[in-house]
Amino acid sequence: MSRTLATVAALGVALAALPWLLGNDFYVNLSSQILIYALFALSINLLSGYAGLTSLGHAAYFGGAAYACAWLINRAGFDQASAAVAAVLFGTALAAVFGVLSLRASGLGFLMITLALGQIVWGIAYRWVELTGGDNGMRLGARPAPLGVDISRPLPFYYFTAVVLGIALYCLWRLARSPFGASLRGTRDQPRRMRMLGHHVWLVQWIAFVMSGFWASIAGVLFVYYNQFVSPITLSLQQSAEVLLMSILGGAGTLAGPIVGAIVITLVKNVVSSYLDRWNTLLGVIFVVSVIFMPDGIVPGSLRLWRRLTGAASPKGAAKTP
Amino acid sequence: MQFWVIQTLNSFALGGLLFLLSSGFSLIFGLMRVPNLAHGAFFMLGAYVGVSTMGQVGGNFWLGVLGGGLGVAVLGGLLERFILRRLAGNEQGQVLVTLGFAFIIADMCLVAWGGDPIPVPAPSYVNRPLFFAGLAFPTYRFVVLGVAIAMAVILHIVMDRTRLGAMIRAGVDDMQMARGIGIRVSRLFTIVFCLGAALAGAGGVLGGPITSAYPGLDSDMLPLALVVVILGGVGSLLGAFVGSFAIGFIYNFGIALFPDLAYVILFLPMVLVLVWRPQGLFGRMLR
Repeated sequence: MSRTLATVAALGVALAALPWLLGNDFYVNLSSQILIYALFALSINLLSGYAGLTSLGHAAYFGGAAYACAWLINRAGFDQASAAVAAVLFGTALAAVFGVLSLRASGLGFLMITLALGQIVWGIAYRWVELTGGDNGMRLGARPAPLGVDISRPLPFYYFTAVVLGIALYCLWRLARSPFGASLRGTRDQPRRMRMLGHHVWLVQWIAFVMSGFWASIAGVLFVYYNQFVSPITLSLQQSAEVLLMSILGGAGTLAGPIVGAIVITLVKNVVSSYLDRWNTLLGVIFVVSVIFMPDGIVPGSLRLWRRLTGAASPKGAAKTP
Repeated sequence: MQFWVIQTLNSFALGGLLFLLSSGFSLIFGLMRVPNLAHGAFFMLGAYVGVSTMGQVGGNFWLGVLGGGLGVAVLGGLLERFILRRLAGNEQGQVLVTLGFAFIIADMCLVAWGGDPIPVPAPSYVNRPLFFAGLAFPTYRFVVLGVAIAMAVILHIVMDRTRLGAMIRAGVDDMQMARGIGIRVSRLFTIVFCLGAALAGAGGVLGGPITSAYPGLDSDMLPLALVVVILGGVGSLLGAFVGSFAIGFIYNFGIALFPDLAYVILFLPMVLVLVWRPQGLFGRMLR
């Protein structure tokens, strides 16, 4: 337990000290971006990692909440606080409905349905110009001032994002260790046995879907605060694929994995985009290479290597019998 | 009256294109259990390769269709043989690889053919409308519809009457048993993947005179193919046929009558099918 505490304290200090080490506003903003994507990747990891349900339409909740937040403030005259709450509710409700539809199938059928639903939401944002501004997107006038703290400058915004991510990490950590987390992993590995033991597999998966949509919506609201702009790209298949790649690349089913994935992908994307225009090709190549050569991700791969180096036996063999 | 005639014909033509796209998608999914997310990119690549082929051979449209189909079939075969084969048994990995290739192909098309839409010329002898009972009918739409129906008949005969078709159906129904009785299922994978890619590529060229070849054609077509297969059912040729024309009509009239809401309208048939018959109209359970 004390080791966990020490890790948490070290992480907190590192996050707090990071802006001083970086100094420059550009890097502080980049760090905020990484934290937002880390939260988004953690949300999809709840589904693809813990529940074993690969979603390719997760941008729908992220972008949906971002659009809802901007739309409510611009068009419906909501104030910042109620717009944020309503936007998260909207994203979560969208996930609740899409979850009911997607969970009619399992495995790759699930993936295909989430992809189709995500593309429909993208199509609405792109084509329904009257509602969403179409390709021009939507601007958000100003960032809010939560509890009276002004977060319009990069540094305060970074701390605000870090606090939100910290809360999310704590909740997800508790969730992963809770009985619900255990039954979620159970439905992933042994759905039939779980059903036999009296668990409502569908309900467990649906609740995970809704929670995943909830955290994706929070990330979406942070995203629209960060950019003060949202466009159909936020809802695109590319966005869904990027975040899925973050969670898979880092290591699905761990808490650290999606964060590592978010750091790697966001850094690569920003570095590459400043040199050449071929981010999509590189994204595809990373997909192919990571699936072929690093099937279980950076974090589990490194952990295994670490255990082998230190000579410790792995705690429990992950039994994967059908 | 003219509006309805044109839109009906457009819907039939779009349905035909969707059939060329989704029949291969559905067969690949049915046999290999992998939704090939590069299928939209295959369609777009076919259109580009086709229009370049036409430029090389002096504008013969049908050689362009052949070139688009063959070119994409070769690419699909290489993808299946050298990449997907390495990941046999890891279906999720295979899907992600097809998605990766969808991005790579789309981006490379942008590099090779640029960002502006490239018009694909229809054969000159079908470029003028047919007049009948005082109404003008765009002739090319009939050509697309005719090719799609001919293809459907050929595919049906292949699947239903030949040894190859029987083997594919056996693989779709129960792969382990098919392997057990000595069918080389892995070779079927390559054949079906090439066939599906060829159909998508040829469909891209054939649709060219209607849609033209442009970046983003892939992500416009992929969701339609997905919805067709969700509607019609996985691995079913009849499902792909019925689903294609249903979606062709719904989408086309949706765009014509409520341009803002076309995607919302697309959503409804999908929801209805998922609620009442999640395996699709003619399919078995999605797995």
